[in-house]
Amino acid sequence: MSNVDVVVTGLGATTPLGGDVASTWDAMLAGRSGVGPLTQEWAVQMPVRIAAELAVEPTEVLDRVRLRRLDRSEAIALIAAKQAWTDSGLETAGLDRERLGVSFGSGIGGAQTLLNQDDILEESGPRKVSPHTVPMLMPNGPAAWIGIDFGAQAGVHAMASACATGAEALALGLDMIRSGRADVVIAGGTEAVIHPLPFAGFAAMRAMSTRNDEPEKASRPWDKNRDGFVFGEGAGAVILERAEHARARGARIYARLAGAGITSDGYDIVQPDPECKGGIRAMSRALRDAGLTGADIAHVNAHATSTPAGDMGEIIGIRTAVGAHPVITSTKSMSGHLLGAAGAVESIAAILAIRDSVVPPTINLDDPDDRLDLDVAAHKARPLEIPAALNNSFGFGGHNVALVFTRA
Amino acid sequence: MATREEITSGLAEILEEVAGVNPDDVAEEKSFTDDLDVDSLSMVEVVVAAEEKFGVKIPDNEVQNLKTVGDAVSYIEANH
Repeated sequence: MSNVDVVVTGLGATTPLGGDVASTWDAMLAGRSGVGPLTQEWAVQMPVRIAAELAVEPTEVLDRVRLRRLDRSEAIALIAAKQAWTDSGLETAGLDRERLGVSFGSGIGGAQTLLNQDDILEESGPRKVSPHTVPMLMPNGPAAWIGIDFGAQAGVHAMASACATGAEALALGLDMIRSGRADVVIAGGTEAVIHPLPFAGFAAMRAMSTRNDEPEKASRPWDKNRDGFVFGEGAGAVILERAEHARARGARIYARLAGAGITSDGYDIVQPDPECKGGIRAMSRALRDAGLTGADIAHVNAHATSTPAGDMGEIIGIRTAVGAHPVITSTKSMSGHLLGAAGAVESIAAILAIRDSVVPPTINLDDPDDRLDLDVAAHKARPLEIPAALNNSFGFGGHNVALVFTRA
Repeated sequence: MATREEITSGLAEILEEVAGVNPDDVAEEKSFTDDLDVDSLSMVEVVVAAEEKFGVKIPDNEVQNLKTVGDAVSYIEANH
């Protein structure tokens, strides 16, 4: 346990469910799906022709010239970070920028830029390659741009831990504030790689749902008929702030980030440990770090991606590390899998679940897996007093991150 | 042969596309860096687009001499 309290004072997101946090959260509580058919020409030849694309295009938010210099993953990271920054009230708080840090990652980074510029190189030669290519494709690009836009001088960090990235970014932000390096950290994750190559790559792994005729039913965590995750794009940003700092400026506080647990499986590059041993250690560490026990956790926002192999291991893990009592959900049933942004967007869902005393639903859980022995908020949002919630994120490579949020 | 006015207006189109410069601000005496706020990476884009538009080659060691719009117009006028 740390004696430095860290709280959440701002939220921002752009997701397949909405262009901001309010619209995303409303869609989640209403049980809406953000998954739809892919209309791009290249999709015709793909075995998977569905995805969870952004509800609001970056072109509706950022100007054309700015967008020429930004990879899509950078653009949406900036959009989410700006929302969170405005939401926090820090814009007018006279924050010392030497006390502002950034911890923001991406699972895959600027792959769209890399691939598009490679097309230009092949077709038109090196002189036509954009001089913005490198800053657009580098994996620290989103974090760096956020740091530049808000003048962060306490350190800018870029996580890369696949689908655990967003959660790991929040965990590092927590460490930065606890260790005294920063008073405020803009933390989160971004992903925007709906492009034929990453798409073909995931399809070749047989990791994605092929329910092409019913896109909105394709993401169905824990359902017997689940057949893979649904590829999504989005960004989520959270303002983490030293509690004393937030209280001194009279900030609105959403919740405390009370603890984090990070572990690695040391097991397989893509398969999760079937007994969820690394996940169990992450959840247990997060609880210890928060000074809580499993009994204190009322709700778990699960990693559950809708893959046949992955979903059930986490159930064993939650039951072992937290207990059989929490009401669990997978908001990926609605948002699709936002990869590097998932941990950030799902943390926002857990934070708002605490604030509004409601668990967002897991849609499409029509025929639960026989081994599902935990209480899922299936189909409909469930009213619930939530003094503390846990969010799980696991990533290719065996990365496990659990975060514990509590009422402020 | 394009006139100086035509070249200036062609450059103004490129500058608007690449760097969001208002075409009304583009005039021969304006400095790319100090007046029009074109950074070094955008200047590379301007040069490559100008080569295509006016059918000229602008070698990298020449670019540093193109401080103002007028410098670029003169170079294009002399070399296309």
